[in-house]
Amino acid sequence: MEFFRIRGTIPFMRYSLILNAISAISFLIAVGFLVFRGLNLSIEFTGGTVMEVAYQEPAHLEQIREVIERQTAGEFQVQNFGTSRDVLIRLPLQTGFTSGQQAERVMEALRAQNPNVELRRVEFVGPQVGAELAQDGLLALLMVVIGIMVYLAFRFEWKFAVAAIIANLHDVILVVGMFSIFGWEFSLPVLAAVLAVLGYSVNESVIIFDRVREHFKKMRRASVVEVIDSAITATISRTIITHGCTLAMSLSMLFFGGPALHYFALALTIGILFGIYSSVFVAAAIAMYLGIKREDLVKPVKREDEQQIVP
Amino acid sequence: MGGFVNRYALWKYVVIVIALVLGAIYTLPNFYGESPAVQVSSGRQTVKVDAPLMARVETILSEAKIPHEAVYFDTIGTNSTVRMRFADTDTQLKAKDILQKALNPDAEDPAYVVALNLISNTPRWLVGLRALPMYLGLDLRGGVHFLLQVDMRAAIDKRLDTLTSDIRTLLREKNIRHAGINKTPTSIDIRFRDAEMRTRAQDLLRSQVPELALRETGSGDDLTLVGMLTPAAQRTIQDSALRQNISTLHNRVNELGVAEPVIQQQGADRIVVQLPGVQDVARAKQLLGRTATLEIRLVDQDAMAAGTPGALTVPQRDGQTIKQIPLKREIVVTGNQLNGASATLDQNQRPAVSVRLDEAGGRSMRTASRDNIGRLMAIVLYERGKGEAISVATIQGEFGNQFQITGNFTVQETADLALLIRSGSLAAPMEIIEERTIGPSLGAENIERGFRSTLYGFAAIAAFMIFYYRVFGLISVAALTVNLMLLIALLSLLQATLTLPGIAAIALTLGMAIDANVLINERVREELRNGRTPQQAIYEGYDKAWATIMDSNITTLIAGIALLTFGSGPVRGFAVVHVLGILTSIFSAVYVSRAMVNLYYGTRKKLPSISVGQVWKPGASGAR
Repeated sequence: MEFFRIRGTIPFMRYSLILNAISAISFLIAVGFLVFRGLNLSIEFTGGTVMEVAYQEPAHLEQIREVIERQTAGEFQVQNFGTSRDVLIRLPLQTGFTSGQQAERVMEALRAQNPNVELRRVEFVGPQVGAELAQDGLLALLMVVIGIMVYLAFRFEWKFAVAAIIANLHDVILVVGMFSIFGWEFSLPVLAAVLAVLGYSVNESVIIFDRVREHFKKMRRASVVEVIDSAITATISRTIITHGCTLAMSLSMLFFGGPALHYFALALTIGILFGIYSSVFVAAAIAMYLGIKREDLVKPVKREDEQQIVP
Repeated sequence: MGGFVNRYALWKYVVIVIALVLGAIYTLPNFYGESPAVQVSSGRQTVKVDAPLMARVETILSEAKIPHEAVYFDTIGTNSTVRMRFADTDTQLKAKDILQKALNPDAEDPAYVVALNLISNTPRWLVGLRALPMYLGLDLRGGVHFLLQVDMRAAIDKRLDTLTSDIRTLLREKNIRHAGINKTPTSIDIRFRDAEMRTRAQDLLRSQVPELALRETGSGDDLTLVGMLTPAAQRTIQDSALRQNISTLHNRVNELGVAEPVIQQQGADRIVVQLPGVQDVARAKQLLGRTATLEIRLVDQDAMAAGTPGALTVPQRDGQTIKQIPLKREIVVTGNQLNGASATLDQNQRPAVSVRLDEAGGRSMRTASRDNIGRLMAIVLYERGKGEAISVATIQGEFGNQFQITGNFTVQETADLALLIRSGSLAAPMEIIEERTIGPSLGAENIERGFRSTLYGFAAIAAFMIFYYRVFGLISVAALTVNLMLLIALLSLLQATLTLPGIAAIALTLGMAIDANVLINERVREELRNGRTPQQAIYEGYDKAWATIMDSNITTLIAGIALLTFGSGPVRGFAVVHVLGILTSIFSAVYVSRAMVNLYYGTRKKLPSISVGQVWKPGASGAR
């Protein structure tokens, strides 16, 4: 069987303008949220303490909050984590308390309230570590962007490099923007997922650009738009099958991976979905707006040969 | 065209078969599981773990009639251990208690560390090939992780203190008169009244104290010699402070009885401590977090008699009462000059504490004790910036790098005091700046969840690929399985730490690796659609897909390597697996799958069709 019985060429670029307008608007919305609301950063970035405790019966969050309120200054969070018996407690950095002393005190108080509480995990991050991690994360993002652009410029042409990076930064911003809009926790694994998505969606654009180049060689008479359309048409079945497979994995992680992998898998899932869209409609369209020509990609081999003959 | 065949050269098959066999061997240890074990390792620098100890352990166990399955003696680097395997955890616990009692008659000063552990059931012949199971991170096996920041400023400050008192002694010995020595946070300023003295001092210090770079300032009769630590000296101080702290941490961790502790330098001024399996976090932290440093100073007895504070005053606890002890400015010995302290008995068989110093410490102790016989000396322990005299004793005679502290001690008290002194030999204070504790049940759950999500995702992909691409799909799934195997083999071989993000990276890598096979299969279909013969379609399909596969993998690799370089913690765990996975996937998706295709189809000269699913041609109606 074959899913994609495509007759002729699908005129993808005909929809590019309207879709790109939508992209631009959602991009701006995401940026707006990031600027004005920011991210719900995990303690890995902000510093602080996270505790995961488990009860044998569904936990009473209100009672836990009261206990903690009595001894913690500043903002803290108490929420269920995975099941109703597991509770995640986030405590802010407090001066005067080093490392996990805070967690110990909270734990003592919780035990006094209900002896059946089990401490499953404590994480404490000092303020200087958090700042370094955030810095390293941004540096990693920058290096990925530069590395990919250099490679694409070398392998294809600068217009493609610019188009691919814009398209894929658009994915990254939208994914991170979703985290901002919904207030999902942005942790180090999420950052890893976002960077992996960046590499992954560039890969998608590369495959389409590869075809564009090939079709420029084959379709000598066709216009740029026709070439792009035919290249996307030729790769669309692969695009959907491949992403379907990757999506199967990330969904599997989302559903079976438990709370520890939840946001990581969520970032991947969203990133993959945006990746498909952006490489079909955004990357190729930007390359088109930048004015790619046949000559950019197909090296005029014969003329060079002739020049060599002429003294 | 019917004669076109797809064949690989023999050497390519050989390479692939070798890779598969190696992959299988190094993946194998991961399937054997683990059994409970007890591990005996050295608790002190001077105690050696060797073959006779192995025999002793065996005798102890058989005398106590504890059945054990095997006893191993292993040496990794400079660390030797004796490990024995037991059938169940009950026997394991019993054996641990008995060994603990038999090997460490003096529980306060254990010669050996007896710890519970798990041993992989991997057969010896595999272990001989260095085939070990993957090394699981703390988030998968449970335990405690600390990141400690060493306060380097304090280390430098302390060194300046010691140098100041050295200089004072030197100048006095050579009869060089000065108008005061003053220590600032970054330098030592020595004032002089006349230039001649300054020149003499400068010559002396240049040869005796090469750590300082000297500079002259001032004029007239207010001349100053400013000594600052050279950059090289600063580096040496920081390095040795870090090393000293790491070895102190080793000793402290030994007291906890952890089977495989990791204590490593990270960056210029940080130390990572990982204690797998440790659940008593409070105790671990108490031991590690004891940010104690130690100094030996003379007691300012004039001030004591007059009841005025000395250059500095510290409390001494004696039962319920607290005495204030005024101290002299000079430090005789600092914690980093301390080599060890242990409980012992003096010549009259009374409990005492024996203290050993290094050479420099011994020298200054000799001078100080010679000049101050009959006077009081205090051992001061600093914890979180606050000093406390843990011992104030009368100097009975001149002594050097080994001396005893006696008094009305009980055995227990000498053991405690020895421990306190030992724990004070941190060269610089440390602070816990990151801490992670993962319960054992959570670790097991994380493995379970990671495994399950990979399995289900893999199953979904496999089912789809076989359904959609038929024989080519089956070959793709086989190649993906090879990819998984090679990836696990590599991780086991490199003993890279596998974390939960690492498992996620395995899943993601598999999901991405299938891309190469989809590309190939789609290309083969396309070539068939364009009217190629099956053999040609295979050839062209693989050929044309190759460039695309390389491009896409290289971009992914760039992202992976950036993550690896700049990432830390969970990001690194993810990146290691991701990068390795990209490498194995190129090999398996392109070469291994091609080898299989070639073996299955390639040699047939007349190949009417290949099974790559339905190839639909526009214009023709429906199925082919």
